[in-house]
Amino acid sequence: MTESPRPVTDADLHAFVDGALDEARRREVAAHLAAHPEDAARVTAYEAQNAALHVLFDPILDEPVAEALRGPARRGVPRVWAAAAAVALLAAGTAAGWYLHATVGTGSLEAAAIARRAAVAHAVYAPEVRHPVEVTADEEAHLVKWLSKRLGAPLRAPRLSDQGYDLVGGRLLPGAAGPAAQFMYENSSGERVTLYITTELHGNRETAFRYVDTDGVGAFYWIDGPIGYALTGEADKPTLFRMARLVYEQLNP
Amino acid sequence: MADVHRLIVRYIPPLRRYARALVGDRGRADDLVQDCLERAWSRVDLWRPGSDMRAWLFTIMHNLHANAARDRARAPASAPLDDDAIALHVRPAQEDGLEIRDLETALARLPEEQRAVILLVGLEAMTYESAAAVLDIPVGTLMSRLHRGRERLRTLMSDATEPRARKMT
Repeated sequence: MTESPRPVTDADLHAFVDGALDEARRREVAAHLAAHPEDAARVTAYEAQNAALHVLFDPILDEPVAEALRGPARRGVPRVWAAAAAVALLAAGTAAGWYLHATVGTGSLEAAAIARRAAVAHAVYAPEVRHPVEVTADEEAHLVKWLSKRLGAPLRAPRLSDQGYDLVGGRLLPGAAGPAAQFMYENSSGERVTLYITTELHGNRETAFRYVDTDGVGAFYWIDGPIGYALTGEADKPTLFRMARLVYEQLNP
Repeated sequence: MADVHRLIVRYIPPLRRYARALVGDRGRADDLVQDCLERAWSRVDLWRPGSDMRAWLFTIMHNLHANAARDRARAPASAPLDDDAIALHVRPAQEDGLEIRDLETALARLPEEQRAVILLVGLEAMTYESAAAVLDIPVGTLMSRLHRGRERLRTLMSDATEPRARKMT
């Protein structure tokens, strides 16, 4: 590979990190990085900054929308504003495909929050080459025992080999307030799906499978009694659904 | 009209995330989001259907923030995050080397104009053009702030990690 025809600028390095280059230029910059470790280190640092920003601030996305609309208590709530909030809540509910019934509603919002945290955890760890998991599948018994203990519930790592995905391992994650667990699976093409599990729910309930797509990453999520699940991956929706069914059936024999 | 409300509601979580990350102080950030939503609601007729709702909302919020900053004039550039906000986001040290707490501290030490750009591009994943439009600056200015901000963060974070590494050996 010869040196890039156009010199690589600072702006190119940022655009590389931010996915703002066309494919031809992206290849040129990638070739430049392979030959210039100092620039490669900068790109890695910028990417780590972006990933850390998400870890740091994405939990804010999970806060209930209603809180933003209520506003700070010290200001009081103008009546017109409360009405707007009611309209907005209804709109939010229908937009997401469900209505806000007294109990089912909170379950759905809670489940959606689980799906968002799962998506962040998936985005952070699924691309990880060297440390995708804390404990590998070789030590599955230890892994399951450890995570069960930390989450305070008997967990199992479901089998997804029927769909071509094998267990890579798992890790402990911070949830909204306590720990959560992530099991990672991989198929022969190196595609990964993650199963996010949390026990920090407000009461026992069950929700149906729900699906959300965030920038090409899909997730099926549901709450089953005291445990919330989200199965996340780039696999197409029918495949992901089959795997979510497999998980559900194995955990509810 | 219901569709517009639904669209606005959809962007409340990212607005709140950006505000919290930008101004640090939770109370001030939530006030800013609230003001932004009230303004958006009152001017919803001005929004052009089919245009970028997210950019419109972020522009409103940025203008409100800039006005408030002018009013405060001599106030400190950034207030420290309150303890609740920090406690909420602490996570166990991981092997991936992301020094989350260091980033939070370093971010608060950046000039706000650089922090805004880093957040719009790195956290909100806006295109350079959208982010420049929200901040009402040329793309060239945006790129220069992005570069200075990211380099400053890199320096601050390596300063923060090195003494710790020495202590462990």
